Amino acid sequence: MKVLVPVKRVIDFNVKVRVKADQSGVDLANVKMSMNPFDEIAVEEAVRLKEKGKATEVVVVSIGPAQASETIRTALAMGADRGILVKNDTAVEPLAVAKILKAIVEAEQPQLVITGKQAIDDDANQVGQMLAALLGWPQGTFAHSLELGDATAKITREIDGGLQTVEVKLPAVMTTDLRLNEPRYASLPNIMKAKKKPIEEKTPADFGVDVTPRFKILKVTEPAKRAAGAKVSSVPELLDKLKADGVI
Amino acid sequence: MASLVIAEHDNASLKDATHKTVTAAAAVSSPVHILVAGENCAAVAEAAAKIAGVEKVLLAEGAPYARQLAEPMESLLLSLSDKYDAILAPATTTGKNILPRVAAKLDTPQVSEILKVISPDTFERPIYAGNAIETLQAPAGKKIITVRTTAFKAASEGGSAAVEKIAAASDPGLSTFAGEVLSKSERPELTSAKIIVSGGRGLGSGENFKLLDSIADKLHAAVGASRAAVDAGYVPNDYQVGQTGKVVAPDLYIAVGISGAIQHLAGMKDSRVIVAINKDEEAPIFSVADYGLVADLFKALPEIDEELGKRGYK
Repeated sequence: MKVLVPVKRVIDFNVKVRVKADQSGVDLANVKMSMNPFDEIAVEEAVRLKEKGKATEVVVVSIGPAQASETIRTALAMGADRGILVKNDTAVEPLAVAKILKAIVEAEQPQLVITGKQAIDDDANQVGQMLAALLGWPQGTFAHSLELGDATAKITREIDGGLQTVEVKLPAVMTTDLRLNEPRYASLPNIMKAKKKPIEEKTPADFGVDVTPRFKILKVTEPAKRAAGAKVSSVPELLDKLKADGVI
Repeated sequence: MASLVIAEHDNASLKDATHKTVTAAAAVSSPVHILVAGENCAAVAEAAAKIAGVEKVLLAEGAPYARQLAEPMESLLLSLSDKYDAILAPATTTGKNILPRVAAKLDTPQVSEILKVISPDTFERPIYAGNAIETLQAPAGKKIITVRTTAFKAASEGGSAAVEKIAAASDPGLSTFAGEVLSKSERPELTSAKIIVSGGRGLGSGENFKLLDSIADKLHAAVGASRAAVDAGYVPNDYQVGQTGKVVAPDLYIAVGISGAIQHLAGMKDSRVIVAINKDEEAPIFSVADYGLVADLFKALPEIDEELGKRGYK
């Protein structure tokens, strides 16, 4: 079966985010960009399915600027087979992303779509669910483990109270949580090999999707800062303070 | 028109996240109705009817709703959506699972994890793990919103709404519940606890979390953990506090052996009082702590436990 993995190029998770002085957004100039960590887990899971002989082909899609092809190359170096870059220089909202992916799914006919549960830039946590709904497919979100059968998949999900397992009919969408796997580092030979793997270029218009933002971003500001307090020198002093604050 | 809130519950009891979502909903569109979808959950509907400011409770009972799986919940919500100009759910794993499906089918963009309702179409929400706050205006039409419940006060009790039974929608039959492993605990839930004692990699093992348990029992606190502690296998995933785990805002948050990665801070920095106990004086957690104790936790924890005992906490 074919597996499709949508990935997003985002600010690297180790970078300290700076809000622009004019409140128009976050400063992305000269900042290290990487693959969204949850999407990396998605690529890893798809590649493992291929290694186990369960997947026949892993196709990676990214929607973003020309540099998003680097993100696709990273996935190809991890073991994905080919890429599709949907080029767009401005941010694309989750619903429009889901519409583009729907068109790609209809063309590619994968049995499973695996993607990150959320991107660490907009933290929306929407695309997987929206894609599943638009396709009329079931979903297994926040995946902790996957048991893939021929016609169904058992997906164990990280939920607020613990773990929940759902059985979904294929085709389906799965979104990854942190503990599904630990993504590999690409080896140098695989990085070299990835350079020869094909990346097809498309635009949102090719799929008839209007990516004009529907939200108006009025401003982006820094969160209220919390002032550091004082050090206490002993346990009794700490408990005295907490008692005085009325919290114990 | 009105707003519809999806109740958070386990078929037996209504969760506090619902009360908080009602507060957000009332600021977006009134009156507020609550949807209780589940199995044998009439008691939950009765509880929802007592929330002040709620005009009506819709009760949909049926096997497909027992675990509120996303696919049947989508059908149910779509069958009701015409009557509402806003649909809101708490940003729990249940709400986050269901609502984007509804938004997509209604061709309406969703606003995730709002922190504040500035006006019925303008909201604040966290981006970049809470390192920036975005103020955005939603387009005209229906509003589909998940609510970060720690940012809203719970609506009070004292209402007496009518409970109306509604028919189940057809189940698309795409998914079935196949089991669960829930953490059993006598302690309060993380997201509604007044006090949380949280452990990090500094604890060194799952066994050492017992040092926290004893203190938590004396303070009637919940026990949480950092991602590092969960990844190391010390405690289950549902203990995780942070941007991608649970976001909490108790009166008192005691961080023990937690260095304070950005992702963890994003999940607890709105707590009223923060205590950090760490042997590394330079740990970032101290930059948000009201009270910092630079100490070896293996000495400090038994001492806190003993001192609490002496002061009559049990």
